[in-house]
Amino acid sequence: MKIDDLKLKSGEWLRGSGPESDIVISSRIRLARNLADYPFVSRASEADRDHIENTLHNCIPDLQEGKELLYIDMKTLAELDCQFLVERHLISREHAESTGARAVAIDGHERYSLMVNEEDHLRIQVMHSGLDLEGAWEQITGIDDLIEQKVTYAFHESLGYLTACPTNVGTGMRVSVMLHLPALVLTRQIEKVFRSLQKISLAVRGLYGEGSQSMGDFYQISNQITLGRTEADLVKQVADIVPVIIDYERQAREFLIKESHENLHDRVSRAYGILRTAQTISSEETMHLLSSVRMGVNLGLINDLEIPTINELFIQTQPAHLQKLSGTELDPTDRNIERARFLRRHLQKHTNGDEPEQN
Amino acid sequence: MKCQKCDKPATFHITELTGGKPQELHLCEDHAREYLTQSNDEQSTVGSMAAVLAQQMAQQMAVGQTAEELAQLDQQVCPVCGISFYEFRSQGRLGCPFDYTCFKKQLEPLILNIHGETEHVGKRPSRGVSGSESRTQLIRLRREMKEAVAREDYERASELRDEIQRIQSASKD
Ligand SMILES: [Zn+2]
Ligand SMILES: [Zn+2]
Repeated sequence: MKIDDLKLKSGEWLRGSGPESDIVISSRIRLARNLADYPFVSRASEADRDHIENTLHNCIPDLQEGKELLYIDMKTLAELDCQFLVERHLISREHAESTGARAVAIDGHERYSLMVNEEDHLRIQVMHSGLDLEGAWEQITGIDDLIEQKVTYAFHESLGYLTACPTNVGTGMRVSVMLHLPALVLTRQIEKVFRSLQKISLAVRGLYGEGSQSMGDFYQISNQITLGRTEADLVKQVADIVPVIIDYERQAREFLIKESHENLHDRVSRAYGILRTAQTISSEETMHLLSSVRMGVNLGLINDLEIPTINELFIQTQPAHLQKLSGTELDPTDRNIERARFLRRHLQKHTNGDEPEQN
Repeated sequence: MKCQKCDKPATFHITELTGGKPQELHLCEDHAREYLTQSNDEQSTVGSMAAVLAQQMAQQMAVGQTAEELAQLDQQVCPVCGISFYEFRSQGRLGCPFDYTCFKKQLEPLILNIHGETEHVGKRPSRGVSGSESRTQLIRLRREMKEAVAREDYERASELRDEIQRIQSASKD
């Protein structure tokens, strides 16, 4: 398997299935681990980094269980490929932009990835579609166990797993869900929901566009505390709050359907129309319009489009993806033209009628 | 409105809701992309840790620790990796696992501030934890061996090599 094999398909976490997947895009857990016998990455010599990379590379065969795992040496990876992996959520931007011996191992279904020599020696990440934190935890702790049979992790009797930054010490675990909340944004209730989350030490990240315009309407909720609670408690803390937010979002959607059906239908239809006909379009506008279309599909206002297709378009219309898929490097102006062309091709295909049904 | 990081117009308005009060960021498309694709937890934790560190300094001053005492804590150096507490404070990253032991006095209040707890209650390595601390000493021994070789003290270097091998074989089951 090569990195270019990834571009033709998409990660399983985008398939739009799993519980509550109309609102919960993905469930993600990551564990930070370090080898006991090397300095943390920021203080490791180039030789140390090579040794760390070798040691962890040797654990990979045990993880494969007959499935293919793509191991990428990032020291020699082209910038566009690095950016491509960032857009697919397989590595962090820091990992893409840093230097020295470092790597990433990616499962063929993109359900998990291992970053070597990021901020910590090892960052294991599992990503599942929809709301499935328990499933993600089961998988990640299994991967962690397999690696731990081969190496000695830095572990402290009372502080737990030791990490380069004290904000991650203890479990080394970050649990997060990515939510699509267009109706809460549209009805201006989103800030209120977030203020209540902060009180229970959960972090929320949101992205806003100009004025009341929303940008993609995606929000990520994650735990801030990593020490003094069990992994199960940390999973539960996030898992318990998600149904509450889902409920708010559904109520807001019902309200919009009931109280301003024409406005909502108009908004969704116009968004769909622009995406299918535009000749040049920025990624900002694309995100914004795809968000409306996504809600329109979930509410039955658009019937000729599947959620996985929209989920994929959010990723495929990003700069590195456009360039990888078109096979050439493009400046921002040409990217906007190529993005519009890409959207027209993919969205018109689905309304062609004579196109065979996809399953 | 201009981007906070360059002269392009700010088209992205991000509200960071981590920590205390919401923080507004105004960025152009490129800088927003850069900001948002940073590994999701880092930019918030680094910011919040800097705040906690500053707050902690103020608290220590308030409970009567003199600037001199604080400077002394700052200058303390980890015998294993050589990082000073001051270097950690300015970079936000520790140097090695032993820092949690040698900077215990400085880190404990910091950890309590961040997590509200100081005891790990989660998962533990299945084959026990005793090997972990002695393996961390390998960092120091390897460094000392390199130094011994550099000053051509081969007797010391071979002692160190034996010690390294002893620890390495002890922690392998
Ligand atoms: Zn800018
Ligand atoms: Zn150290």
